[in-house]
Amino acid sequence: MKYLTGEEVRALELKANEIRQSIIEMLTEAGSGHTAGPLGMADVFTLLYFAVLKHDPKNPDWDERDRLILSNGHICPVLYATMAHAGYFPVEELMTLRKLGTRLQGHPHRQTLPGLETSSGPLGSGLSQAVGMALAERINNPYSAKYFYCLTGDGELDEGQIWEALLLAGKEKLNNLIMIVDRNGIQIDGYTKDVMPLEPLAEKFASFNFDVQEVDGHNMRALNDAIGKAQAVYSQPSVIIAHTVAAKGVDVFERDFRWHGNPPGKGPEDRVPKDKQAEVALQKLRTLAGMITSHDHS
Amino acid sequence: MITHNMFASHLQPNIATEAPKKTSTRVGYGEGLLEAGKRDQHVVALCCDLTESTKTDAFAKEFPKRFVQIGIAEQNLASVGSGMAAMGKIPFIASYAAFSPGRNWEQIRTTIAYNNSNVKIVGAHAGISVGPDGATHQMTEDIAIMRAMPNMIVIAPADVHEARKMTLAVAKHVGPVYFRLGRSDTPVVTTPESPFEIGKAELLYTKTPGREKNIGIVVTGSLLYNALIAAVELEKEGIGVSVLHMATIKPLDTEALLALASTHDALVTVEEHQIIGGLGSAVAEYLSGTKPTRIERIGINDSFGQSGEPDELVAHYGMDIPSIVSAARRLY
Repeated sequence: MKYLTGEEVRALELKANEIRQSIIEMLTEAGSGHTAGPLGMADVFTLLYFAVLKHDPKNPDWDERDRLILSNGHICPVLYATMAHAGYFPVEELMTLRKLGTRLQGHPHRQTLPGLETSSGPLGSGLSQAVGMALAERINNPYSAKYFYCLTGDGELDEGQIWEALLLAGKEKLNNLIMIVDRNGIQIDGYTKDVMPLEPLAEKFASFNFDVQEVDGHNMRALNDAIGKAQAVYSQPSVIIAHTVAAKGVDVFERDFRWHGNPPGKGPEDRVPKDKQAEVALQKLRTLAGMITSHDHS
Repeated sequence: MITHNMFASHLQPNIATEAPKKTSTRVGYGEGLLEAGKRDQHVVALCCDLTESTKTDAFAKEFPKRFVQIGIAEQNLASVGSGMAAMGKIPFIASYAAFSPGRNWEQIRTTIAYNNSNVKIVGAHAGISVGPDGATHQMTEDIAIMRAMPNMIVIAPADVHEARKMTLAVAKHVGPVYFRLGRSDTPVVTTPESPFEIGKAELLYTKTPGREKNIGIVVTGSLLYNALIAAVELEKEGIGVSVLHMATIKPLDTEALLALASTHDALVTVEEHQIIGGLGSAVAEYLSGTKPTRIERIGINDSFGQSGEPDELVAHYGMDIPSIVSAARRLY
């Protein structure tokens, strides 16, 4: 694990802000897609791609890379935007999202875009794939230094397959597996506590023999520390419950489940009229960017 | 007069005159898997608490570190297999066909077929000849649901020897494959020398030339023996009959099929599967656009099975030798 200096934290926060702006722009251009999850996970993705992952954007098939498996494929705008900013493909290509012939499918397709580890969209199967990869790596190389990061939603945990995969990961003591749950508390039909209560979630994971941490999903240092601790866990898989704010960064969209599956321009109108949503979101993000300062004092 | 040389020369001798030896196709799979595991260290096997009955046990014993016991979790089975393939493994994922691909079809679709993942899906206990366990365990829709899936190859081996050779061929082939296996002991028709190639049909019985009436039988899986004996019966009645063994249902060997349809007046298709969506449908789909041909489809006619002995069930649901003979007669 690498300690992050105040300047590094600031640079990561600025990068996450740029990525959020790209998310707003690409979703607006696409005219459909998910807004809340991608904005909420921008800090986690930025930290992973710019500070944590062993990877090479110019050589996406590099065998020694860590694997990032996105299980809740619908938040792919944040994955695409982060990959573009990291150098996997030109940032301009983000504007092709969801259009005919694009490499940026509405839900990720491994066959079309180098750097994707799997195709996903139907919920609940990413963790199983990460478990399979981690198992295979243990067979291939018992001294491997690769980590397998699986990102899931919280509504996604309703899927039974998740718990099948948790059972197997616990049984196999996959200490190279790090699951990160986007705990934003919303899903399409409403709040997760109403649709299908998950609590006590940490206890559930612990009872499946996972090492469990809960962390503020927007605090770069806290996230970085949690990932470092997860990497160091011996003989157990890890899960980090990242508490995030849905649509983080655009206060007029935040915490509202109606922003789960709508792009700017097609979201709820009670706070911002449809035709102003993209513009207001970008304005808010630019204002926030101007307020990001060095964390050396913290 | 029937002469032995109407059978392909590489088949078991005296098929028409002696009672056949019987073994299950799953036994051939178990032998092939062990052999494939010895040939390639990347072969791994995954199973859902059915290691002995899917015949994964010999591999699991020989290569314990390359065997993953998934527990009773078929959805996980499919996606864990996909993950292992992403890391260069060649996973054979085994359960009963009713559960895999029956229960985990979407996981197979997204994480295996859409990813074009090198996973081999082993559907054991397919067909009605599962027997006394009844309809829940008799998978009769698997060919239909799997052949509709892009990137997927679908195979139904005829007997123990072919199942072994198919397993070896499938291990070498790069890409997703589904194959179905039977539970019960079924006639051994081919020999270790019989050819097997993915996507290639074999003409195993050739009609007597010069007959006025000519019927082609297209068969897949372990009903091959019934098709061959039916052909012998029909030849005695003066009908010229050829039997095309279609082990690979997808991709369909359209060249062999077109040649058969072009040289016979009508066809009978035979499979231990629903007549909706299976081999018969695949044959009809192809010929309707190339060489419209009358076809009688033998299989399960839009109903569920029930408990019974395998042979009783095959007869009850109209897939035994007399049923095939009658179907051919109906074409005249």
